[in-house]
Amino acid sequence: MSHTTDNDAPKSLFSIGRAAAPTGVLSREEAQALVERTVKMSKADAVRVSVNSSRETNLRFADNQMSTSGVTTNTTIRVQSVFGKRRASVVTNDRSDEGLRRAVQQSEAIARLAPEDPEYMGELGAQQYAPVNAWSDATAELTAESRARAALSALAPARAGNELTVAGFIICNAAASAIGTNAGLFAYHRGTTANYTLTARTNDGTGSGWVGAEDTDWGKLDFKSVADRAIEKARRSRSPVALEPGRYTVIFEPEATANLVGLMGNAFQARAADEGRSAFAKPGGTKLGEKIVDERVTLYSDPADSLILASPFDGEGLPLSRQTWVQNGVLNQLAYNRFWASKQGKTPTGGTAGLRMADGNDSLESLIAGTTRGILVTRLWYLRPLDARTLMYTGLTRDGTFLIENGKIARSIKNFRFNDSPLFMLNNVEGIGKAVRTAGGEGGPGVAMPPIKVRDFNFTSLSDAV
Amino acid sequence: MTSRRDFLATGGVALGALAVGPRLLGAVPAPPPLPALYTDAATRELMMEALDASKRAGASWADVRISRNRNNSVQTREKQVTDVVETDTMGCGVRVLVDGCWGFAATQELTKSGVGLAAQEAVAIAKANRLARDRRVELAPAPAQVDKTWRSAYTIDPFTIAIEEKADLLLRANAAALTVPTVRFVNSGLSFVKEERNYANTEGTVTTQDYVRSWVTMSCTAVAPDRSGTAVRGPEVVQPAGRGWEYVLEADIVNNAKVWAGEAAEKLTAKPVEPGRYDLILHPSQLFLTIHESVAHATELDRAMGYEANYAGTSFVAPPEKVLGSLKFGSPIMQVVGNRSEPGALATIGYDDDGVVPDEFHVIKDGIFVDYQTNREQAPWLREYYAKTGMPVRSHGCSYAQSWADVAFLRMPNVSLQPGDKDLGWDDLIAATDKGIAMIGRASYSIDQQRYNAQFGAQLCYEVRKGKIVGQVKDAAYQMRTPDFWNTLDMLGGKKSYMHGGTFNDGKGQPGQSNAVSHGCPPARFKNANIINTGRAL
Repeated sequence: MSHTTDNDAPKSLFSIGRAAAPTGVLSREEAQALVERTVKMSKADAVRVSVNSSRETNLRFADNQMSTSGVTTNTTIRVQSVFGKRRASVVTNDRSDEGLRRAVQQSEAIARLAPEDPEYMGELGAQQYAPVNAWSDATAELTAESRARAALSALAPARAGNELTVAGFIICNAAASAIGTNAGLFAYHRGTTANYTLTARTNDGTGSGWVGAEDTDWGKLDFKSVADRAIEKARRSRSPVALEPGRYTVIFEPEATANLVGLMGNAFQARAADEGRSAFAKPGGTKLGEKIVDERVTLYSDPADSLILASPFDGEGLPLSRQTWVQNGVLNQLAYNRFWASKQGKTPTGGTAGLRMADGNDSLESLIAGTTRGILVTRLWYLRPLDARTLMYTGLTRDGTFLIENGKIARSIKNFRFNDSPLFMLNNVEGIGKAVRTAGGEGGPGVAMPPIKVRDFNFTSLSDAV
Repeated sequence: MTSRRDFLATGGVALGALAVGPRLLGAVPAPPPLPALYTDAATRELMMEALDASKRAGASWADVRISRNRNNSVQTREKQVTDVVETDTMGCGVRVLVDGCWGFAATQELTKSGVGLAAQEAVAIAKANRLARDRRVELAPAPAQVDKTWRSAYTIDPFTIAIEEKADLLLRANAAALTVPTVRFVNSGLSFVKEERNYANTEGTVTTQDYVRSWVTMSCTAVAPDRSGTAVRGPEVVQPAGRGWEYVLEADIVNNAKVWAGEAAEKLTAKPVEPGRYDLILHPSQLFLTIHESVAHATELDRAMGYEANYAGTSFVAPPEKVLGSLKFGSPIMQVVGNRSEPGALATIGYDDDGVVPDEFHVIKDGIFVDYQTNREQAPWLREYYAKTGMPVRSHGCSYAQSWADVAFLRMPNVSLQPGDKDLGWDDLIAATDKGIAMIGRASYSIDQQRYNAQFGAQLCYEVRKGKIVGQVKDAAYQMRTPDFWNTLDMLGGKKSYMHGGTFNDGKGQPGQSNAVSHGCPPARFKNANIINTGRAL
């Protein structure tokens, strides 16, 4: 028989008020009560309490078998205490009064001893946030059986023959975040993501196809379509031939675009540019207002965008709004935190939560149809920076790389390593399609990218990997 | 203030611990520390409740981990502290088997009802997954480890060192680095992990373990006076280790900071590397990551069997029946051993997260691939090979979960390249090389999903001519195909030159988990490597 009360809890540190709460994600009211309870315990000059509450469910399958599968629920409370400009944070997941008091006192004890942080800007008071509807009950209340049936939609066709092996991953996250300060700020956001990725491999070991799908709403994921496309891609990618490394016209599927262009999101920091150590620095200043890529390229962050749906505030509770980093090829905006904005006389923007490239006039099909000779890339792998000043990266193609001839996919080719920069790539644009929400981030902030076609992409070596 | 000099003068770690005693966090007003989990009778009671609840709900096998995970981080730049964070979470993860299907549930509710509900949920997930099951999960036998304890090799618990002492050390190192004229930016940080890990399973195993990990990072950025270029040394200038505060003091970062800064300044004026074929001499601080990527990941059995196909990838070391005992991975001087027992290494542990005592095993012997890394689920997949070679079907103890909130799966042990027979060191390898490139410190690293094609850079690259280092070069990387590369290994340093490199953040799995792991190795030389120039101007 199961236990349903806490009266039977052993007498120990565990029994001190660790009441069994509902396993769900904290509502606005629950989060606000928790934040206020904690703020009231503070004796510091300033205090910020951040709560993250989540329930994550997942299922893996591989080698045509079921693998690990589980659920994790957790709520963490981060307390930042400040005395003058001395500050420190303590994170706990103990929601009892004693646990919260311990975190508050510990952060106060450490903060008193910490050196002053001259960049500390004080806590924000009440703010206005854009409404972002990122929640889906279908995702938050998903059953284990629904996940297993979704897995079966790929496992069943793979097991039916002796031709294919599938490996896939389903992850659904329901999470709420809240921030409160003793200056009157309270922010709350909750959201869900349902993410599915699938790799089909041919049993002769020569073909591999990957497809992913992501939405806030589980009901919008089409599992059969993902399986059909991954299997088709695996079959088509069998028996690849080697092409000489070199410069090629390349069509990036949305995931591949996101893999490389998504990395630009970290490079828009104003401070690094002002300090002369980013790709957007130049002798004497920054490249703000200069054309940096093709005029068809526009890149922006917007928590309320239907393909992003991210939290409308950052870790300090600063409202995040639409920021157009690159407007028609011109570096339009850099990211300022509150300190750097005040130093430079700018408005703070917060960082890049989610990233989207504006739609072009093409589609993946039209880009392929308009290509005499080129390479189609499904996704990229193991990208690592080579030089922050040029945004040069290395990485490899993976899970479906094809030669296009005379407007059609002609055959499968071996994977390539590249050494190139999204800045070079976006200066060589031939065409842009429509953005979709990509899935490779497995439920992180939304990254929405279109298929794009570029010329002279720099493949530097061949890989035997399938 | 206990300085490095005072520490050395007092002649050792024990005295060092005494010297820092008065500065312990407990000396200032602070709440009393929580009692250790493993001394709390409730920990065991809750673990037994989780196992009982699993069985009542229908599990044929179950295990449970209740742990307290603590992280402490102090980050700085130039003359200021940028962040101080201490994280302390506790919780319980229950893993079950029902009819050969896995289920897992993790909860922060450390009450009988909380862990009981988690057990029921884990069983419910496993039961639901039966509708998509084909083959049943079977576990290799493992003897019960009853009431065993283990503690890692640390002398001074870094969580007892006051924040001001940590910050002071970093800021003094930053100040030393900033004395080098072109070095304009310095970031440094201290990261510590402490975990009390309690484990029990339905076969009677109950273990409690306590470990500490420490990492000092520092990056020095030199900027050309006209802002035309930058050069970075770091941030991995000191290898992380499964040791305590004493390890931080031994790293002597205040005195070394000026050296690292000087190397960044020198790199600013380095000439671009001329691409081509060179003999390549790799320092352990660089080579460990190449071992990690090309040898250690390639010999994980779950990868070879396709269990990471959708994320981390598969392996060229497959299928097992075609490569075990026959694949010529490297030259005959290549000996690679897996273990979780090297003192101070990051994957070192007494009992793994299947309740197994890890063993030491050869992965590569005389250049031939002879065994995979395994856990209890996977060791039986090699039954035929083990029968043929007279080895028992047993797990090598490579099961690991990053915290109570995560399910255990196969993670690599310390996978180490053994030193050579001759008493050679870094300078001997340089002296023996006519035309070479020598590399120190990990930098950009990338490898394909089957671990064939890799491209690795370094923090410092030196040109070697006629047995001597003639100066730094920039934008150098080696591009390799794994088995070809390891077959060019022709010189190894000896025992005295053997050291560990490692990381806290080896990513794998879905959902992604971090593993902390070290790789021991001596400096090594590879003939005729393909050196490329990765530089390009905007």
